[in-house]
Amino acid sequence: MAQEITTQDTQDLAAPNGETKRRAVTFMPAVDIFERGETTVIVADMPGVAPDDVDVTLDRQILTLRGKVKPHAPEGYSRLASEYRVGDYVRVFTLSDEIDQNKINAELKNGVLRLELPRSAETQPKKISVKAA
Amino acid sequence: MLQTRFAPMTIIDPFLDMRRMPSIMSRFFDDVRAPGQSAIYPPVNFWASQDSIVMTTELPGLTEQDIELTVKDAMLSIRGTYPEAESGDDIVWHRNERLEGSFMRSVKLPFRVNPDKVDARFENGVLTVEMQRPEDDKPKRIAIKAS
Repeated sequence: MAQEITTQDTQDLAAPNGETKRRAVTFMPAVDIFERGETTVIVADMPGVAPDDVDVTLDRQILTLRGKVKPHAPEGYSRLASEYRVGDYVRVFTLSDEIDQNKINAELKNGVLRLELPRSAETQPKKISVKAA
Repeated sequence: MLQTRFAPMTIIDPFLDMRRMPSIMSRFFDDVRAPGQSAIYPPVNFWASQDSIVMTTELPGLTEQDIELTVKDAMLSIRGTYPEAESGDDIVWHRNERLEGSFMRSVKLPFRVNPDKVDARFENGVLTVEMQRPEDDKPKRIAIKAS
């Protein structure tokens, strides 16, 4: 299962080098999380992010999803009206289960990141037999 | 049908920000992109040049086939259906924030567009529609003669 961690300072996460800090907005992508058998699946909406610009890291139990967005502004055009804002995506979770790092499957398609996190064999529930005294 | 008037060169509309407030507030506070909260969906951005206009909107998880785009005179309509979330008896849900269902929106453009010159692209979940003003509709410069 995945438990969420709220990131405190999303602005810094968005622009660690400070160059786009001025108006940088970072969004938490909407996610679906479900378990199917021994696999936890996380699906995150990251419209505007190309497959090469997504970054998934798992450090101990902390899973970080990051997506760098390509600006939507077409060349030679000026902004007329905005109903939505564009920004990078960051969302952090703690995983309660030990995940088999080598078997993580990540795929980005049509702006949606899909992660499959299989539980590692050694943490799957073991039956402990109770001996009669 | 949901119709949204798109005011192109709004000079000052003191109520504009107030009307947008609920969506801005909800985005500001929880930072989660949950577009389903808004009655008007999808939100769109507009970009203009001299004789053309570009609309962009975010439709993550859809494919080109799921989006229906129509243009008539100065009205642009977008229609689509999000794929259903996975289902099954063996699934244990922890979070379900992503959108499902259908949407339909019509937006009034600042000028008539040539329906034969509409260029729509869908990349990484972002729809970009470029529209051209018809030749006979472009403003003409009038030469002023000296008397």
